[in-house]
Amino acid sequence: MNAIRVIKPGILTTVQDLGRKGYQQYGMSVAGAMDSFALQAANLMVGNPREEAGLEITFPGFEAEFLCDCVIAVTGGDLGAKINERYIPRWKSIYVYKGSRIIFGKLGEGCRAYLAIAGGIEVPVIMGSKSTYLRGKIGGYKGRKLAADDILQIGKLNKAQMQMVGKRLPIVDIPKYKQPCKVRVVLGPQQDAFTKKSIQTFLTQPYKVGQESDRMGYRLEGPKLEHIEKADIISDGIPLGAVQVPGHGTPIIMLADRQTTGGYTKIATVVSVDISKLAQLRPGDEIRFEQVDVEEAHKLLKKQEDILNRLQNTTTIPKIRSYTIIVNGKSYDVSVEE
Amino acid sequence: MYTKAKYILAGDQYIVIEFGDTISIDIHKKVRGLYLTLQQYDSEKVVEVIPTYRSLLVQYNPLMISASKLINEIQVLEENLKDLQLPKPKIFKIPVLYGEEFGPDLDFVAQHNRLTPQEVIDIHSGRDYLIYMLGFTPGFCYLGGMSKKIVTPRLKEPRTCIPAGSVGIADKQTGIYPIDSPGGWRLIGRTPIKLFDPQNEVQPILLKAGDYIRYYSITRDEYKQISKAVDEGIYQVEILEE
Repeated sequence: MNAIRVIKPGILTTVQDLGRKGYQQYGMSVAGAMDSFALQAANLMVGNPREEAGLEITFPGFEAEFLCDCVIAVTGGDLGAKINERYIPRWKSIYVYKGSRIIFGKLGEGCRAYLAIAGGIEVPVIMGSKSTYLRGKIGGYKGRKLAADDILQIGKLNKAQMQMVGKRLPIVDIPKYKQPCKVRVVLGPQQDAFTKKSIQTFLTQPYKVGQESDRMGYRLEGPKLEHIEKADIISDGIPLGAVQVPGHGTPIIMLADRQTTGGYTKIATVVSVDISKLAQLRPGDEIRFEQVDVEEAHKLLKKQEDILNRLQNTTTIPKIRSYTIIVNGKSYDVSVEE
Repeated sequence: MYTKAKYILAGDQYIVIEFGDTISIDIHKKVRGLYLTLQQYDSEKVVEVIPTYRSLLVQYNPLMISASKLINEIQVLEENLKDLQLPKPKIFKIPVLYGEEFGPDLDFVAQHNRLTPQEVIDIHSGRDYLIYMLGFTPGFCYLGGMSKKIVTPRLKEPRTCIPAGSVGIADKQTGIYPIDSPGGWRLIGRTPIKLFDPQNEVQPILLKAGDYIRYYSITRDEYKQISKAVDEGIYQVEILEE
């Protein structure tokens, strides 16, 4: 059977692609991978289209068995992924044999890992996407997070994908999940609703990701922001990364599962490339906002796009020999590139 | 209404186009006009458009077009809006079984407004409601045009689960819950039709901003018949031209 079987689901593991497009005008949330860069990179490393669905694994605890031979890649946060008790590299595709077990067992950096499997995950396409939208109970695997004993069908592995084994993201291109996290924003659309002092506070003071943070949005903890007059506006559309500030004065960053419209003022909007950084933050992590202009944001996006394009166009995989060396009774995995 | 629309950047992928700072039919017509115009725009460049009460949120692909170029191009389209003949809105007839167990707050709404339950039904179903926008949950319509005679405050303690199809009143608003959700609206009835059906590949969401809703009262037997037809996938909502 072309499938994987879930042994332990972990806290929150869902099927995600790049989300539902075109239905926000009907009130339908986008959903999709929180860290879209990591998902796209994982897909490209196993020869999938960028927008194919993979698993988004939040915090360690997920465990699964491969019921067939597969080519896989793990990207995003470091959750200590092991296959059959051996750590595997992130940001590199590997071949796994039928019957192998993958375990995400230890929290390193970040908090969301992505598992892409060559051939993709075969769940029904609902409104143009395979993404799980938890609040609406639609998409993904039966509209919910994964549970023990779920069997996920995967697409057939083709010959070209077999040749992808070993494909990886160059080290310079691998995102670093540093603390405190610098998050770049473009001010607005409603920065005029805030006092000058509050905008200054927002751009200079540290904020922490609050406990009440999920795929819908991150509630921040930190200095309160003041509105000149009122916190409410006539409801309008909510961009991805919008930093909205309700009357209580503490900001909320709106993310993948955000509602499509809302009536709170938005002081700023996080630039596209930094959404993936946010996706890797945990409650308690520190954020510092930094203002950029839209031209700068577009340059950053272009750079990220170049990384993904280069990865997509990489067809020659360097031959790497792997050895296990035992020194003083400890084993080390070593690889040598030809 | 502003004399010229405001173009406001929101991050590096969105532009807010704002026509005014109030809720009015005239502003709505501008929003709808530009929304319909943008449907013809290159979808590689303009990825998604969300029309709301008084503005549009336009999501664009910055790898395909710069913000300034896009704003210039949309401003030209905005200029042409005054000559645009908007297509006639449709009126969707929504069957509602008022009162009984589906409308547990019908009596309260009546008492609160010194009316009989039948008068509330007549007032509620006797007019057309403009769909200004959708949001909140998939298929939820923000409607305009409810009579002041049946204005009723929300529940103090929201209900934890309101079944899909419930028709309610909250202050000056009326609407239909498209999916099971918690909420504090005063429930006066329920419609057997589905506003949101993710399995429907052609039209997962029935209603669209710019169209109208007209409620009409049905009996328990009619409710059962329509319900059955909806389940079998053969029910056709009656649609009138304005």
